[in-house]
Amino acid sequence: MAVLNLVEAVRETLRAEMRRDRDVWVVGEDVGKKGGVFGATLGLFDEFGPERVQDSPLTESAIVGVGIGAALYGTKPVCEIQFADFIFPAFNQIISEAAKMRYRSNGAWTVPMVIRAPFGGGVHGGLYHSQSVEQYFTNTAGLKVVVPSTPYDAKGLLAAAIRDPDPVLFFEHKGLYRAVKGEVPETDYIIPIGKADLKRDGSDITVITYGKTVHFCLEAANQLAREGYEALVLDLRTLLPLDREAIVAAAKKTGKVLIVHEAGKTHGIGAEVSAIIAEECLFDLDAPVQRLCGPDVPAMPYAGPMEKFFMLSPEKCLEAMRTLAKF
Amino acid sequence: MEATTKARHEALGLSREQLLEMYYYMLLTRRIDERLWLLQRGGKIPFVISPQGAEAAQIGAAFAFRRKHDWFTPYYRDLGINLVAGVTPREIMLGAFARGADPASGGKQMPSHWGNRPLNVVSGSSPVTTQLLHAVGIAQAARMRGDDIVAYTCCGEGSSNQGDFHEALNWAGVHKLPVIFMVQNNEYAISVPLDRQVAGGSVAARGKGYGMPGIEVDGTDLLAVYAAFKTAHERARSGQGPSLIEAKCVRITSHSSDDDQRRYRSSEEIEAIKAKDPILKARAYLYEHGILDEAQEKELEARVMAEVDDATDYAESQPYAVPEQTLRHVYKED
Amino acid sequence: MEIKMPQLGESVTEGTIGKWLVKPGDAVKKYQPIAEVITDKVNAEIPAPADGTIISLAVEEGSTHSVGTLIATMQTAGEAPVAAPAPAPTAAPVGATVGAPAPTARASTAVLERPAGGARYSPAVMKLAQEHGLDLTRISGSGLGGRITRKDVEAVIAAGGAATQAQPAADCVGSMVAAQAETAAPAPAPAPAPAPTPLAADQVIPVDAVRRRIAEKMRQSKHEAPHAWTMMPVDVTGLVKLKEQVGEEFKRREGISLSFVPFFIKAVVESLKEYPIINSQWAGDSIIMKKEINISIAVATETALAVPVIKQADRLSIAGLNHAVADLAGRARAGKLTLDDISGGTFTVNNTGYFGSFMSAPIINHPQAAILSFEAITKTPVVLENDAIAIRSIMNICMSLDHRVLDGLVCGRFLQAVKARLESYQPGSIQLY
Repeated sequence: MAVLNLVEAVRETLRAEMRRDRDVWVVGEDVGKKGGVFGATLGLFDEFGPERVQDSPLTESAIVGVGIGAALYGTKPVCEIQFADFIFPAFNQIISEAAKMRYRSNGAWTVPMVIRAPFGGGVHGGLYHSQSVEQYFTNTAGLKVVVPSTPYDAKGLLAAAIRDPDPVLFFEHKGLYRAVKGEVPETDYIIPIGKADLKRDGSDITVITYGKTVHFCLEAANQLAREGYEALVLDLRTLLPLDREAIVAAAKKTGKVLIVHEAGKTHGIGAEVSAIIAEECLFDLDAPVQRLCGPDVPAMPYAGPMEKFFMLSPEKCLEAMRTLAKF
Repeated sequence: MEATTKARHEALGLSREQLLEMYYYMLLTRRIDERLWLLQRGGKIPFVISPQGAEAAQIGAAFAFRRKHDWFTPYYRDLGINLVAGVTPREIMLGAFARGADPASGGKQMPSHWGNRPLNVVSGSSPVTTQLLHAVGIAQAARMRGDDIVAYTCCGEGSSNQGDFHEALNWAGVHKLPVIFMVQNNEYAISVPLDRQVAGGSVAARGKGYGMPGIEVDGTDLLAVYAAFKTAHERARSGQGPSLIEAKCVRITSHSSDDDQRRYRSSEEIEAIKAKDPILKARAYLYEHGILDEAQEKELEARVMAEVDDATDYAESQPYAVPEQTLRHVYKED
Repeated sequence: MEIKMPQLGESVTEGTIGKWLVKPGDAVKKYQPIAEVITDKVNAEIPAPADGTIISLAVEEGSTHSVGTLIATMQTAGEAPVAAPAPAPTAAPVGATVGAPAPTARASTAVLERPAGGARYSPAVMKLAQEHGLDLTRISGSGLGGRITRKDVEAVIAAGGAATQAQPAADCVGSMVAAQAETAAPAPAPAPAPAPTPLAADQVIPVDAVRRRIAEKMRQSKHEAPHAWTMMPVDVTGLVKLKEQVGEEFKRREGISLSFVPFFIKAVVESLKEYPIINSQWAGDSIIMKKEINISIAVATETALAVPVIKQADRLSIAGLNHAVADLAGRARAGKLTLDDISGGTFTVNNTGYFGSFMSAPIINHPQAAILSFEAITKTPVVLENDAIAIRSIMNICMSLDHRVLDGLVCGRFLQAVKARLESYQPGSIQLY
């Protein structure tokens, strides 16, 4: 079994899927010869050629819109948006077209496409290379939104996304691209979209999170265990549709819930998870549902101290987890 | 001039029968639309948006394509395109009445939001111009598959300023894709006239900037439009790439049933453009060349009206989809 | 001065030394390239951070190191000469900010404050306490500011509940919603009359949780069930003789004394089978006739009243009942009753004769429909059938009944059945086992 980092897992999955299915193809800025600004498609151009690993013009709306057309015709485009911060020119195509095509045609026209983008900060990216954008899409039925946190999950979820008959947004935390490594089987496997993963079991507090903060919370949980509290860490993996069952079970297990995400708190994913818990777990709650999130500012600043202030960290997670455990 | 020169339609390889068929479709388009306005004014349907003044442009264009073979991402005025593609008057009316059996959307969408899978008419939406990119993607995917198709897409001159227009033309030009971009320029984007809409004054001129021929054609002249599209279609099929055709039409009605153009157009202006009615032009040509006479015209009108009446009555009698249909087809259903 | 592996691109976490461009002893100027570094994003050169002299190279060409690892040392002007240090690679932890002081969780909601004065119970704590009939005032909290946590309550439940828990709400329909509908959960008491004030000479005894619980249960029972009362005298001369005859032998065999109470219970359970309506509960819009016959027996301890339950008492023999009573009474006095011991009763037997009572009007054990007290056995002159006078052992039995559920007629018949059975117990007429 190979040990891969996250971007390698993405790349190898793209390669495997493109070998498996002639209709799968990749399009985006610099994905061809360069192999992507993060190397996500490195080597694919040589194997599959310029049409299936297609360098697009600098046109996010077209990357998605052309992808939609190609999906309508029956192929399976995997569209790369170079940074999630630049997805907004394509927002109209994603929301007005991709999300609604099946619904408005009662299933006659469908869009089996994937839109991949690196997101997240802590990499000196400043306002426009660090954003989390998942929450702009999670209120739109017709889409699916996936955020893997490990190389193993990335392969299984990306394979599932490519094979999904509906449009899937696939957000990869750029800070994890090279920083997280793990065993990734070479065999074909998928992880179903819509299923969260218990990354760590525990009985004192429940932490619900996704993306890079999964690793922060696991590190904090190890430290917390030395202090006598066992934290359960649930990795959501899919943000739309949320795994309601897993959320409820995790919340009920301890009655003390902390939701953690890098994106800003207000109207973030944590708000929906809190609402689910309030609806279904009220009489098992032993504390108000807590959220540890990025601040409510327009974006993450560039200068080191300010970026650090914005970003979450294992220490910040530990403190929030400890406070909850002791409540 | 000697009469040995061929008639225009013959020079284009069109027979009398084909020409008559084109005229039939123009008439059908017009009569359906007139009926829709009547129904709207009578409170039976809430919304109409019209192709009146664009019939020649639409029918002339559509006849250059292969029915059930080429692909269409039309815009909301393209009633004529849809009819030639094979959508029936009954299906049009089902959409107007928002009935459950409407093949485009089962009543989920407003009328004139076309869609018909077996006929390769892609489902359309309201944010304008998005469909141009879809046509490019369709052409792209067809090439990947090795399929010989040409994609038709269309928008108004207002939409030709939307970002997606430029992205779509540019992409198609870079890859020399088999797409024909039609712009039906009726000189008004709702109330905004051409000189406040299109800097530079010509949409066709933009083609050059995107690596394709930009052709301006009189959209009220059926045969001129057909000629332009026939050329563009051959160009596309032979791998030479996309074309941009700006058809200058007239907009005889207001933008839609929610607009009253008398607020921003003088009555003189409106009367003047009625004189440019493409149906009158086509009729004159047919009479001139002895392809149509009064008896035939009467019979043709009767046939068309019978279809319109049948379609109206049929559609009105059909039920709405059940309210719970609101919840269906969000994602793939097992 | 230490030279470390720099961060050469977004998301780059490590680099490989492709080639050293300097060696120890070389003079370098600031920004002069000292090494070529390969990462998977860019190939770059590391510049010298200052003017000076290279002292040592800490890593080899071809080796890969995390951002922040020491790769070389140099001597700059103004620094004291530094010996070549041993390479001490410091690996940057994955994603963590190394050694950052733990900041306040400023992005977290600040609701986890010390609960305001007075107990504030979370929904989980409330639910568990009601389901298991626990008195939260008796549980100590391990949470912030002494808060009772869900885990604290779960621990109490696992340990069997405090001994002095009164009849749990499990007797009523267990869920919070149903309990609210029945107003059987601790409902807010109607405003009591102002409490009397003590005089200086009076002794003030604080009311503990047990006493408070008993007070509440009694008040609730009397408040909700309209009590009616009836009694009958029972001739237990035969029973007394029976006990005299077999008592010693029983004690020798069983190790415990034979008491009258098992006989009382036996007569009651068989009569309950005849008149099952007595074994029921008022449920608002229905009367629930209980299938099981679980007899609550009132046991007086030094400080309070316990009411443990003999489950399915109709399946026990006299001896079995005797053992059950002795066991429960013993554990009650030792404070060792469990939650299960004190729940599920359907009818109560009260041995008031034990302390000499001749007649009493017991309070029904809510939510049961009736309670029967067995008064003192007294030698009494009675008039027999042929108008002769004899001295017989007479015991009054007194029944309080919930008049919503039961009427005089059926209670009278029930009492007659109990009386008839008790009067039939003679030496040789009843099996002990």
